[in-house]
Amino acid sequence: MKPETLRYTKEHEWIGQDGAIWVVGITDYAQKQLGDITYVELPKPGKSFNAGESLAVIESVKVAGDIYAPAGGTVAESNAAVEKSPEIVNQDPYGRGWICKLSGVVSTELDKLMTADQYAVFTSGGRK
Amino acid sequence: MKHTPLHDVHVELGARMAPFGGYDMPIQYEGIIAEHNSTRSSVTMFDTCHMGRFVWHGPSAADDLSRLLTQDAHALEEGRCRYGFILREDGGILDDQILYRLGLSEFMLVVNAGTRQKDFEWLVARKSGATIVRDITESLAKLDIQGPSSPAIMAGFLDRDVSAMRYFRFGRFEWEGVPAIVSRSGYTGEDGFELYLPSEKIVPAWRRFLDLGVKPAGLGARDTLRLEAGLPLYGHELSEEVSPVEAGMERYLRRNGLYIGAEAVRNKMETGVKTRLAGFKIAGRQSARNGNTAFSGDRNIGTVTSGSFGPTLGYAIGFAYMETEFLRSPGKFEIDVGRRRIDAEIAQPQFYRRSRNEAGNT
Repeated sequence: MKPETLRYTKEHEWIGQDGAIWVVGITDYAQKQLGDITYVELPKPGKSFNAGESLAVIESVKVAGDIYAPAGGTVAESNAAVEKSPEIVNQDPYGRGWICKLSGVVSTELDKLMTADQYAVFTSGGRK
Repeated sequence: MKHTPLHDVHVELGARMAPFGGYDMPIQYEGIIAEHNSTRSSVTMFDTCHMGRFVWHGPSAADDLSRLLTQDAHALEEGRCRYGFILREDGGILDDQILYRLGLSEFMLVVNAGTRQKDFEWLVARKSGATIVRDITESLAKLDIQGPSSPAIMAGFLDRDVSAMRYFRFGRFEWEGVPAIVSRSGYTGEDGFELYLPSEKIVPAWRRFLDLGVKPAGLGARDTLRLEAGLPLYGHELSEEVSPVEAGMERYLRRNGLYIGAEAVRNKMETGVKTRLAGFKIAGRQSARNGNTAFSGDRNIGTVTSGSFGPTLGYAIGFAYMETEFLRSPGKFEIDVGRRRIDAEIAQPQFYRRSRNEAGNT
């Protein structure tokens, strides 16, 4: 996915449209903050989430955290590759390191999220 | 926040810094797993200047140390170092430490960073009047060179072959006109050395090691390396709340001899203890963390003190204080890691063991 076309959360997830499906991942900023990622627990396909609900669990050598749903939707597919080789998320967070795909996303929900420019400002100093 | 003499070098190298034991320390440079793997496969160096260093002088120094520490300072030969504890009267662990015998009546005690002040006050208040103790942490710097290639690197650095030096032995050398102490020891489970140099020489020494091809490694890798090697960390596995008996470290205690805490630990060894430190492994990559609770069914049977993915192992491991009762016939158990429980089983805490065909190792 092209980072400039994505929408971003304050919790450092991204979401982007791919046809009728929406792809979710964590940002490059987030993977750098986490350090070496060692474990990802993926959501089961068919499961529905509201925006802000915990979608997946991600762990690095040092910390464990949640990946929150950037928008409501139903899991269409999870990226089995990152379960086997979590380092892919470090290597390619906007590409091969995607976390899951959601269907049924209401696109107006994304209006609340940051654009790439807004996210760049947010991560450069807007953070507490 | 205190800085080690290498602080600016770490910042210059782009290290991620964080507080540890009162110091702003490098957690990682290129990444914890890369640094961990470099230590296992070749060699890395760690800034360990944050650790406390006290020198002891005087004809009563060996008497004092044998009373204040679990080691027998009299029996420790010159040129050797040995691991042990500083205990309270009730056996609680004030610190773990390594004692070096520098001369007949001269010793160096190396302690943890966060406990340095507490240790110093405790020891000074209990030493005899004739013994002189000085905190030389600021003036004598420390660097750990760890990994299977460390003997070749040390030979290049000192221009002397040190491969015949055995583990927990040290030598005195000269480097660029200043005295250096080099012991074959470390905290990674690999072959390695700990180097002590006057602080004003530590930046040039660091740069010399960089030139020799040694990569820097941070406290993140130091933690995963020691955990795989089954080595305890003060503040996690060891604390004033436990004695070496609960910690399963009886092998480091003198059978005889009067040292502070001796009676308490001997009583505990005789009567037994309710909880013991144990290693555990997890079938997958998900880690348990410090403070997580262990369960057998609905019964709380222990508390995790450290846990991490083991980069060399490919699965998660850790330490936990477990009910002695459960450890009698240890089976599988569960650890509550937050929103769910994960399956774990008791394992020998030395999860990683290096191959010991190098000449210097016993």
